[in-house]
Amino acid sequence: MHSSEIIGWFADIGLSDRPTVGGKGGSLGEMTRASIPVPPGFVVRTAAFERSLGALEKEERVRSKVEALGSDQLEQIAALSKHLRARLESVPLPDDIHSEIIAAHAELCGTTLDSPLAVRSSATTEDAEDASFAGLQDTYLWVKDAPSTLKYVRSCWASLYSVPSIAYRRKHGLPESGVAMAVVIQRMVHARTAGVMFTRSPLTGDRSVVTIEGAWGLGSAVVSGEVTPDRFVIAKITGEISVRDISDKHVQHLPAPNGGVIEVETPEPVRRAPCLSDAEIGALRDIARRVERHYGRPQDIEWAIDQSGDILLLQSRPETVWSSKDRAPVAKPAENPLQHVMKIFGGRR
Amino acid sequence: MDATAKKKGFPLPSSLKVIAGTERAQAAYPYYTQFSKEDDERFWFYNSMHFPEPMCVFDMITAEAAYCALGSANTRVHCLPTTLGIDCRIINGRVYIGGNAVTDPVEIARRTKEFQRRAFYYYENWERLFAQWKDKMMGLIREAQALPKLELPEFEPLEHVHAGRGIASNHYILDTYQKTLEGYFRMWHHHFEFLLLGYGAYLTFFDFCKKAFPEISDQTVARMVAGIEAEIFRPDDELRRLAKCAIELGVDDQFREGVSPDRIMKSLEQLGEPGLAWLKELAVARDPWFNINVGDGFYHSHRSWNDDLSMPFAALPSYIANAKKGERLERQTDKLIAERTQLIADYRELLETDDDRAAYDQMIELAHRVFPYVEGHKFYCEHWYTNLFFNKIREFGGLLAERGFFPDVEDVFQLSHYELEAALVDLMTSWSNGSPPRGISHWPAIVRERKAAIAEWAKHETAPALGPVPDIIDDPAIVMLWGITRENLDAWLRAGEEPDSNEIKGFAASNGVVEGIARVVKSAEEIGRLRKGDILVCQVTNPSWAPVFQKISAAVSDIGGSMSHAAIVAREYGLPAVVGTGTGTQRIKDGQRIRVDGGRGVVTLL
Repeated sequence: MHSSEIIGWFADIGLSDRPTVGGKGGSLGEMTRASIPVPPGFVVRTAAFERSLGALEKEERVRSKVEALGSDQLEQIAALSKHLRARLESVPLPDDIHSEIIAAHAELCGTTLDSPLAVRSSATTEDAEDASFAGLQDTYLWVKDAPSTLKYVRSCWASLYSVPSIAYRRKHGLPESGVAMAVVIQRMVHARTAGVMFTRSPLTGDRSVVTIEGAWGLGSAVVSGEVTPDRFVIAKITGEISVRDISDKHVQHLPAPNGGVIEVETPEPVRRAPCLSDAEIGALRDIARRVERHYGRPQDIEWAIDQSGDILLLQSRPETVWSSKDRAPVAKPAENPLQHVMKIFGGRR
Repeated sequence: MDATAKKKGFPLPSSLKVIAGTERAQAAYPYYTQFSKEDDERFWFYNSMHFPEPMCVFDMITAEAAYCALGSANTRVHCLPTTLGIDCRIINGRVYIGGNAVTDPVEIARRTKEFQRRAFYYYENWERLFAQWKDKMMGLIREAQALPKLELPEFEPLEHVHAGRGIASNHYILDTYQKTLEGYFRMWHHHFEFLLLGYGAYLTFFDFCKKAFPEISDQTVARMVAGIEAEIFRPDDELRRLAKCAIELGVDDQFREGVSPDRIMKSLEQLGEPGLAWLKELAVARDPWFNINVGDGFYHSHRSWNDDLSMPFAALPSYIANAKKGERLERQTDKLIAERTQLIADYRELLETDDDRAAYDQMIELAHRVFPYVEGHKFYCEHWYTNLFFNKIREFGGLLAERGFFPDVEDVFQLSHYELEAALVDLMTSWSNGSPPRGISHWPAIVRERKAAIAEWAKHETAPALGPVPDIIDDPAIVMLWGITRENLDAWLRAGEEPDSNEIKGFAASNGVVEGIARVVKSAEEIGRLRKGDILVCQVTNPSWAPVFQKISAAVSDIGGSMSHAAIVAREYGLPAVVGTGTGTQRIKDGQRIRVDGGRGVVTLL
């Protein structure tokens, strides 16, 4: 298992490698190195994307065409998107890239022939702290063989030119030269329960709580908003669970027999049962604290609990909404500390 | 704010009627405690925290003396900028109170200047003044203990005559009575000397935490401030010590449930050496730590452990059983202190600016300095001194009962303190002139009538609040001492509108979720009905009920905030507790299955 210019195994990469492995890849590597449980995998670095795109650029201009578009020219964006995606999906892979991915794939799957994988986009601008760029590119779940893996690597590249992605970059005036796509390939978690969590309250910004949202099955149902997740709030320091909002989780995402994901209805009474036990909520909080400590700032985390009850993290990125707000101090030290009591005795009107 | 709640408001005082047939008993309360027409203009709430049951006319003194002292501390001594004292009214034996807010900005500014010269001096010299307070309080207790025995001998003792005392025994009846009252009124001034300032410093820190950590639970803030070695834990600690001692001396098999304290003590005596050694330890614990009463000290009927050993003795068998199972009985104060220190440091780390951290340090430092008073004063005031006071009044009751003023010693509490003085003058006169006292034909019927009225009043629920709902409750005394906020009042109003909801909201006081059988305990005398695993539902919980907490699985109360002693004890015992529900004892049926979620502050009727 060794990394190269094309392949970066999680154990060999970190946040500082984001320019070549993208935000998601960098985060997964960073967590792996910090001994935070993450499903094993590797990244097909941006170099592979750049070479394929370079081959395409020889035949027709790509980046300059995109940059020429205005963010309001939706029709033109749609037309170019359709064209570029088709080209990228059909571009032949250079031999060395092809064989490196196949080799890494074999190593990741080991002897398990039927080992399902997730193929996930990891754009270099994605999850930048200043722009919530997440969710605009594709993810392929429960991918079962090498040919499909190779196919979806190119689909991920192509998704950099999806309509919303192009529109987003044009709207924010991001230069195309700074945009590239790495692809994460990792073992799929057969999740019993999955979801997201924030190491602060999304409602109040409170840093003393961890807010957890989860539902049955794969996390895609929660992330895509197809199910109303259970919501739990647990105190970061004391572990007190102050909120347990159990919702009717009417559907869940499960692996399809021939690869991919299907949505199935969740039977009664399971759909109304809490998807996490108190012990699991506590264990998630422990991991959330470790991740936040590691990064030194509030995080937005995707997690899953597999069939044997182990917790695995699928993503962690800096929380952007509250962190970007300038928070004035709640109180300033007073020259005479007694002045503080005037807040209570001095009248609050 | 809830618009419908505002419009709706609570019933006006004038709409509250004296229950038919009890008019004369109602009239026994002094004129200044009767509702009048003008009172309709103001907001009042039922002080069920301190007076959860109808209060007989003598016990009214606990409200009178307390509000007299609270008001003077706020209005005239420390000059709280935004509030004066508390007004008090009594109807159907229920005590309603209302704050007296200061709203004129000029007046607030003037009072603020005074406040800073007075209260700040107290904060700055807290340790010295608090040490002085303990001395004063112990002096007061010694004075009360030294009050003379009441005697009206047939002939004045010869030694008094030969010594030329010149004053006959009947004079000392009145003198001692007046000193008894004087001491009690004085005690309440001591009680409030520090209290509001202490709560204020705590609330300052609480307020900061709620802003810095909007979702922090009240109980977490309370845990950061709570003292570890406060006096309120001592009586319970002493019981645990006695349990351990019984095992060590090998006399633990003497303690069985359902056996009276008298029989246990007799059999210990018969055991000889080890039994006597345990009784000696008991005597050590009793003075002063068994001077804790089973209520909050506001009713004469709340007897102390010393007066009624059945409460502490009832707890001993299970403490002994726990110790034998290998449970550590002593509170691990080192561990508790380390936990508190860690908790404070962990929250500090989450603060986002240096300013916040510096302010946090200043506020927690002040809260820690002042809080020992807030936690410790009750033992000396509401418990120890109050027990002495009521027992002294019982002596007067004994004197009067002996001479036929009424049948029972306890009947003395059916006379107001003014009437009691009159009865004593009647007795003194009769002793001096040789005629029978006039009271023997006057008091028995009145006492009967008033006892019947109390029983009748207890059958009727009373409105939690009266009058127009204020937009904001900005009175620090009301917020701190009674936990009454605008949100509470809205919840009380809503509770009236949605009787079908199976949820009751209150303050989250101690974390955890428990389902079980509710035992609705409306007075201290009913504590005996609690069985292991029951959920205690009461109007107000009390730290002297601590031994009960080892039996129950959760606690729910009508009144109280997260710093109420009940909440503190529940956290100590790791039991879920929801306090300040307003209507818990009215909506929960005795024997009903309920779920208590102490982390969310919700009780669900199942």
